[in-house]
Amino acid sequence: MKTVQFREALREAMSEEMRRDKNVFLMGEEVAEYNGAYKVSQGMLDEFGPKRVIDTPIAELGFAGIGVGASMNGLRPIVEFMTWNFAILAADQIINSAAKMLQMSGGQYHCPIVFRGGNGTAGQLAATHSQSFEAFYAHVPGLKVITPSTPADAKGLLKSAIRDNDPVVFLESEKMYGDKDEIPEGEYLIPIGVADTKRKGADVTIVSFGKIIKVAHAAADVLAKEGIECEIIDLRTIRPIDYPAVVESIKKTNRCVVVEESWPLASISSEIAYHVQRYAFDYLDAPVMRVTQTDTPFAFSPTLIDEALPNVDRIVKAVKATLYRN
Amino acid sequence: MIMATKSASAPKKTTRKSAAKSQLKFSKEQYIKWYKDMLLMRKFEEKAGQLYIQQKFGGFCHLYIGQEAVVAGTVSGSRPTDKHMTAYRDHAHPIGLGTDPRVLMAELYGRTTGCSKGKGGSMHFFDKEKNFMGGHGIVGAQIPMGAGVAFAEKYNETDNVVFVSMGDGAVRQGALHETFNMAMNWKLPVIFIIENNNYAMGTSVERTTNVTDLSKIGDSYEMPSQSVNGMSPEAVHEAIEEAATRARNGEGPTLLDIRTYRYKGHSMSDPQKYRTKEEVAEYQAQDPVEHCLQVIKDNKFLTEEEIKEIQDWVKKEVQESIEFAENSPYPEGKELYEDVYMQEDYPYIIEY
Ligand SMILES: Cc1ncc(C[n+]2csc(CCOP(=O)(O)OP(=O)(O)O)c2C)c(N)n1
Ligand SMILES: [Mg+2]
Repeated sequence: MKTVQFREALREAMSEEMRRDKNVFLMGEEVAEYNGAYKVSQGMLDEFGPKRVIDTPIAELGFAGIGVGASMNGLRPIVEFMTWNFAILAADQIINSAAKMLQMSGGQYHCPIVFRGGNGTAGQLAATHSQSFEAFYAHVPGLKVITPSTPADAKGLLKSAIRDNDPVVFLESEKMYGDKDEIPEGEYLIPIGVADTKRKGADVTIVSFGKIIKVAHAAADVLAKEGIECEIIDLRTIRPIDYPAVVESIKKTNRCVVVEESWPLASISSEIAYHVQRYAFDYLDAPVMRVTQTDTPFAFSPTLIDEALPNVDRIVKAVKATLYRN
Repeated sequence: MIMATKSASAPKKTTRKSAAKSQLKFSKEQYIKWYKDMLLMRKFEEKAGQLYIQQKFGGFCHLYIGQEAVVAGTVSGSRPTDKHMTAYRDHAHPIGLGTDPRVLMAELYGRTTGCSKGKGGSMHFFDKEKNFMGGHGIVGAQIPMGAGVAFAEKYNETDNVVFVSMGDGAVRQGALHETFNMAMNWKLPVIFIIENNNYAMGTSVERTTNVTDLSKIGDSYEMPSQSVNGMSPEAVHEAIEEAATRARNGEGPTLLDIRTYRYKGHSMSDPQKYRTKEEVAEYQAQDPVEHCLQVIKDNKFLTEEEIKEIQDWVKKEVQESIEFAENSPYPEGKELYEDVYMQEDYPYIIEY
């Protein structure tokens, strides 16, 4: 094992795949000469040159579409969005073009493309710069959606995403790029669509994903001191969701709390709750609980941020509610 | 370094000689006002930058330092009933329009007394009273919105004009082209201002296009377009006035490629490896605040004492802004549920 930052894990994944396959290239705003707005692609221009590490103008719809077209014509683009908030401008090409190409063309054209970048809240960046897109893109058949929470998962999943023949939405976080953790030496891949049990426990299943899972871990530590053992399932992939992993855990714990960074309506937590009541109904000893962001746009002031985001306290309360304790 | 080699109205390398009184096109009062306003913008932001580094507030902080003449000339060349909209580099615009710097500082601090109640922060200053319609964070979003504001003015048959500012990077958004076409076709009273500081973060204009003269972008829509020296409040004022007159006469939009320069980084965390210190110095030598002060001195518009009074007043305004901000409360958590819908009893999902 070796210790790397999240951004380095992503860079290793891209660089290894670019060495392996000359059809893989990276493009986006500031990815080349500036070495990436968040330094994910640092040094890649030096290694691969301007043909394969390409700076774009601020034209998300245009360069996402160019990526889609290139992928229809045999290349394997990695399109970086400075953050996913700006990819809203490119959503037409992701949703209307990439996601539907294979079906519309009756199987003739497919889009092996990865769209990646920072997702979710990142401090006091106010309403437009703080959105999480798991639920938005998970809604769309034809896409795959990945949200890693550790450097090791990020590398293995990004490599799989680049090799995948379908369009992949890969959601990172500005707030995670500096996270350091161990990753395996040498080449490895992590399959898309497989959840990971990040913490074992017999009392309550916490389902989460992305950077907010760290708060779930902190809550689990607090609860452990009170003798409550949480099992934490990191979905890692949001489409397809590894439902069996969730259901199997609930068969053991009989209780479920979903922790999600984004809003409650039409969310991943509502999806999990539906699935659990449908397929694990007989195993449940309490209603499924969830902890999400408040049902409001993300505001600037620190006090409003404290109010908006899931926190340890709320998770502890939700877990205890499933145990009928307070 | 592309700006120095550009055509006509690009700022010249030499410091401009200040004109003697008889040659001046603008009044004493105008120079004093420009000086006072731009000095306030400059000092407000210098302080904001320091406070940001001291972590008195968070978020992004994009400074307008160096670009002040663009706002100064736009405000003096427009009418108080006109409307203004810009991107996230938005501290100077409301100052130029007369917003109390106290509420702006309070917004940076995320306090309830801020111009957006602490909900918007640095990128989202708003002041309806002064017709300042924001402060927008998505690059290019304000271009169609600004045209829409102009659409409403035309619809209501006013003779107000709308000023929409954008960066040189923003002109690469497709929305600009869609908007230019409609704005021209419908002759909307909107002036598109490119605050052309030659860089979008670390990307120079010449690295993103083969048409580096941004005033040409209007050509395919036959939109009257012009490059303007953005280090000169006089030049900006004249161009704005001319464009506004055209718009008020029902002749529609104008594109102004106003060539300016930001002395500071893109935001507070920019190592600025994409440009040289010499390039920055070259523009600092044409500093618009210093220029106005020089004109005032050369023409003896003010005594040394009166100048000092202005400088002291600015200092005091900034200091009091900080005190005001620091003594103001943060919003309470429940205020998250205000200002999201106009409907007062909107049924939010509330789970805690
Ligand atoms: C749609 C969108 N894409 C990317 C960004 C990130 N971003 C913020 S500012 C900026 C550069 C803009 O440069 P320019 O338009 O020249 O304005 P300046 O900062 O020079 O005033 C970028 C890429 C964004 N906010 N919105
Ligand atoms: Mg710029």
